[in-house]
Amino acid sequence: MDAEREVLDVLARNAREDIDDIAAQTGLDAAAVADAIDALEADGVVHGYQAVVDWDRVDEGKIRAVVEINVELDRETGYEQVADRIAKFPAVDALHLVSGDYDFAVEVLGENMQDVSEFISEQVAPMPAVTQTVTHYIMETYKDGGIRFEDGDDDDRLSVSP
Amino acid sequence: MRLSDRARTLPESGIRKFFELAEARDDVISLGVGEPDFSAPWTARTAAIDSLERGKTSYTANRGMAALRERIADHHERYDQSYDPGEEVLVTTGASEAVDLAFRALVDPGDTVAVHEPTYISYGPGIELAGGEQLTVPTRAADDFALTRESLEAAGAAEADVLVCCYPNNPTGATMTDEELAEVAAFCRDENLRVVADEIYAALTYGDDHASIATQPGMRERTVVVNGFSKAYAMTGLRLGYALGPADAVDAMNRIHQYTMLSAPTTPQYAAIEALDRCDDEVAEMVDEYDRRRRLVVSRFNEMGLDTFEPGGAFYAFPECGGDDEAFAEELLEAEGVAVVPGSVFGAGGEGHLRVSYATSMRELKEATDRIAAFVADR
Repeated sequence: MDAEREVLDVLARNAREDIDDIAAQTGLDAAAVADAIDALEADGVVHGYQAVVDWDRVDEGKIRAVVEINVELDRETGYEQVADRIAKFPAVDALHLVSGDYDFAVEVLGENMQDVSEFISEQVAPMPAVTQTVTHYIMETYKDGGIRFEDGDDDDRLSVSP
Repeated sequence: MRLSDRARTLPESGIRKFFELAEARDDVISLGVGEPDFSAPWTARTAAIDSLERGKTSYTANRGMAALRERIADHHERYDQSYDPGEEVLVTTGASEAVDLAFRALVDPGDTVAVHEPTYISYGPGIELAGGEQLTVPTRAADDFALTRESLEAAGAAEADVLVCCYPNNPTGATMTDEELAEVAAFCRDENLRVVADEIYAALTYGDDHASIATQPGMRERTVVVNGFSKAYAMTGLRLGYALGPADAVDAMNRIHQYTMLSAPTTPQYAAIEALDRCDDEVAEMVDEYDRRRRLVVSRFNEMGLDTFEPGGAFYAFPECGGDDEAFAEELLEAEGVAVVPGSVFGAGGEGHLRVSYATSMRELKEATDRIAAFVADR
């Protein structure tokens, strides 16, 4: 495995690992780790570093919805153009073009349900290319970013064993 | 009740004391655990659940389900080991049963069994229960705890009847290359030793692939290989292992097994079939994670001044703490709430070392090694 891939594997699991610890885990020296991170960022492989948040546990937390969007394209308007316009809204957390029954899957983050539904009905639905939207509010999150949302760890192994 | 001499004289495991000390506190970070911190792959667990839902709760064939034995034989092609699933594979209740059966099938009363140390703690008692006598062959830190022809000769192993060979090794994490094994194999052929090769950690090697003594010239016919699902597939509690060997040895082991165990538990056999069919990727991910932890732990111990050789397998590092390892481990537990196992528990050559298991989360490993570094600095 090359250095960038090894560093990426560590960061994808835990973006808070510091350079010295990544160096220790990969066997690379610290300078090589720093170079690899720079290259990953410069090449657009790594776009940012964020916490995986369970918003249900935050006072005045946020509500999340997955919105299906269908669009109608014409000679001047392709997926790229539509995506560019949708992505500009700060409320849009993630935007994917998908295969199947609809075109875009949009993850929207809002203060509450009303906030999200107003955003969809007033900002997204009226866009000329958009023909249909279906909003699914997320009721409960069990796993996100590869991490299970559950209480504590339940390591029930014997504390010392042969 | 009057107890047999055999039972009364069997020594208490040295690990017991540290288990009790660690259990007495509730703030302990334990680096003393000899099993994976992962759970068995979910797909393997669902296969076990499905089998229960379908009512598959009968005995299996004494030797284990044919479908499982076939997959085990196929799986071992990756180590250049070739065994006939019909006559040369025996599924057992954990690798522990396979080790016990191997001793009972190969050792006559008065026979001598050479065991390299430091090593896993069950061989000595197993040999004793089979009526044999253990001959200890110390391995040396200077050899990174590999077994050598010189150490076998120096210990008088030429007179032994059987050799136990456990690599990748618990507690040292040592592995052996084909070249190193060739020397040991030559010794076994020259001195007519049979071998019990406990290869339970074969899937957990970092860098080089596992090398088996059974694949050395002339060794297949004199070696029983023991392996299982506990370590590679994080299935310790499901108790499923197996033995591979020449038909006469496996047949002898099965003759004992059919009376003492009848068959290995059925539910885990279904999990094991699924594990072999579909879980290579998950094992590879676990190996990658162990490898990252291994590098972190080894570099941290070397930085804090406890010399640690680079272990090639299993999930243990074996740092040198110097002097009285038991006192070091007790004081460390007392002062910093970190549990490790003193190397001397694992026999000759382990003194002055600590067994550090990195089968625990990266976060805990960092916290524990920070605490150990503080302890070493104060000492």
